[in-house]
Amino acid sequence: MSETVHSGPGGGPGAAGAPSAPAQPEPGGGVRWNATRIALVAIAVVVVVWIAIKAADNFSQFITVTLNGLSLSALYFVVASGFTLIFGLMRVVNMAHGTLYLFGGYLALNFQQKLFQDDSGGLNLSLSAGGGGGGGEYNLIEWIIPLAMAVIIIGILGIAIQQLFLRWNQGQDLRQALITIAISVVAADQMLAAYGGIAKDIKAPSSFPESVHIGSSTVGFFRLVIVVGSALVIGLGLWLLFRKTRYGKIVRAGVDDRDMVSALGINVQLVFAGAFFIGALLAGYGGVLGGTMLSLQPGEDTAFLLNSLIVVIIGGMGSLGGAAIGAIALGLVDAYADVYLIFGDHDLTNYSILLTFALLVIVLAVRPLGLFGRPA
Amino acid sequence: MSLAPEAATVEAEARTAYHGVLTRNGWISLGVVVGVAILAAFAPFISEFWLSQILTKALWLGLAAASLIFLSAYAGMVSLGQVAVYGIAGMTYANLVAADGGNPAAWSPWLAVIGAIVAATAAGFLFGFIASRSEGIYFLMLTLAFSVLVYYFFSQVTQLSGFGGVNNLDLPGLVGDPGADPEPLYFTSLAVCVGLYLVMRYVARTPFGLAMQGLRDEPARMRALGFNVRLHRTLAFTFAAFIAAFAGILAVWYNRRISPGSINLGQTIDILIIAVIGGLYRIEGAWVGALAFALLDNYSREWTPEIGNILGPERFNTLLGIIFLIIVLVSPGGLVGAWESMVERLRRRNGGGGAPRTTTTPGPEGGPAATTVK
Repeated sequence: MSETVHSGPGGGPGAAGAPSAPAQPEPGGGVRWNATRIALVAIAVVVVVWIAIKAADNFSQFITVTLNGLSLSALYFVVASGFTLIFGLMRVVNMAHGTLYLFGGYLALNFQQKLFQDDSGGLNLSLSAGGGGGGGEYNLIEWIIPLAMAVIIIGILGIAIQQLFLRWNQGQDLRQALITIAISVVAADQMLAAYGGIAKDIKAPSSFPESVHIGSSTVGFFRLVIVVGSALVIGLGLWLLFRKTRYGKIVRAGVDDRDMVSALGINVQLVFAGAFFIGALLAGYGGVLGGTMLSLQPGEDTAFLLNSLIVVIIGGMGSLGGAAIGAIALGLVDAYADVYLIFGDHDLTNYSILLTFALLVIVLAVRPLGLFGRPA
Repeated sequence: MSLAPEAATVEAEARTAYHGVLTRNGWISLGVVVGVAILAAFAPFISEFWLSQILTKALWLGLAAASLIFLSAYAGMVSLGQVAVYGIAGMTYANLVAADGGNPAAWSPWLAVIGAIVAATAAGFLFGFIASRSEGIYFLMLTLAFSVLVYYFFSQVTQLSGFGGVNNLDLPGLVGDPGADPEPLYFTSLAVCVGLYLVMRYVARTPFGLAMQGLRDEPARMRALGFNVRLHRTLAFTFAAFIAAFAGILAVWYNRRISPGSINLGQTIDILIIAVIGGLYRIEGAWVGALAFALLDNYSREWTPEIGNILGPERFNTLLGIIFLIIVLVSPGGLVGAWESMVERLRRRNGGGGAPRTTTTPGPEGGPAATTVK
């Protein structure tokens, strides 16, 4: 329970030190363990060789795919960092995290259209009312203001959920999970009613360049610069917040012994509400990024709940560094599987989800609590 | 797993008390027998709509939820992976028998049933093996991930799921054509559910079942006693997968089709809601929950008030979600738990029911009481 939040990218002490030690001692595991290891190394070699062959085949495509994968990773990290943060501090599995993601995106879209659409002429209004999210040009401010408003509202919504539904049953983790599932069911239905089932997207500022060129490969500017940049800033910011500030110290102490911190005269509930605010806010921010980079539609909440789950299961619940590594692994697997799963005439790309599953299985086979996870 | 401390206490008290001539488990068995007898005897007098839309549906939904409850009550594992397993069973069946696309290698329906159950149980073994080292909330998350992964798998691999699902499945002669005459399928479902219910109760009493309950309560002690924790948990999950596989088969027989949309997260949550409505600690509750769900599904649209876009006939999921929320907030023991605590309260008020509670009856089976009787 102790070193959960603060194992930054460097990894908590001991987390990275003993990657081979299973968390639970397994009777007679010695021999089998080596067999597992050999198998894993073999799999890793095959994967690396396969990607290397493909990369040598078409190097600029390889760069593009890798960068696209990393930008997906960055988005996954932004969303999952909030999820893992909330879990790390409060042991709450927030199953409504995907809902907060999608709602954040929809809110920003709403604000962008309501506040700034008129600028680009009345014609767009009728167009976007039809569903497709019209053309429309928006400058940087007209992207950032909706973003800020949406993100803050989602953060406050997070506090509301925590105060109303989760505060009084602290420690009942299953019940809290069920409560957040119920909230997500209602919210998903309401969003379907309010925003319809058609995919929409938030318009990136038109002053942004379409793409950047690296060597002979081309990658979207927004994905690469904004999304990856956001992830780096958020990762660093969270790390500094929890390692270097007084708030971070209180939070870490609160994780270890809530009653003691409380007895020292610190309002622990306030601290927890703050953490829930940040966690929800990150989901909302992810939603705005995802809504601009990909699209917003019913089902995205499930998709991002799943992504967050997989990222934190791989990385270890509650660990920020784990979330980063899990996100990179998941993003790259997604990206490579979409392109490189073609063997001669056999196009196996629609089996790509199996690779995600395999990733999960392999990590859990080696470390049942995830790469940086530790027993509660 | 601290879902329902108060409901669990109520159960412990109720269980150790006499209810007149019969023990608590005796009453439940009697209730089940009477319930099944009524369901069987009155079938000819029930309208076809009710038989098909309410009762048959409640039977297979209840079976899926029962597999979840079995795991949660006896092994302490709350799994969201049951829909993944039953989806695999349904999809396997759909791909083995003749369907509208024409399947040159079509198997006979009964052979396909066996194939589907074997495939789903094997998948359950795999999932169980992977998840067996996780506990509590980690287990819940991991099985949820399985469930969603299976959904994405089938929606991506259209060779298996067709573009609009696999339709017009060939059914065994036993159930005939449920569209024309729902009765055979109803009786088949009833028989399957009763049979598997008895199997579940039996398994819970075998040495394996007792070990499972020991692992649920005291994993560390059981490990010290030499029990293989991982193996037991894996096998428990596999057994539940075997049960869920039957639910998958009944579901495709009922719908006569299967599509990825019918095994998505929504369905996973529906099964969870049914299990929670029924209370997570009694297998019988699964069918109570399923009946409530089917009734709600069919009739709520008629009486739900229409409030703008927020509530109304179109917004069934909102209503369902709110009901689910209320149950988890107010009575974590579900309908069965609410009923039991009410009976208990009445009894205490009427007869000063404290006296008989001193006579501890262990009950005929090592049921879920072990959760709380320490």
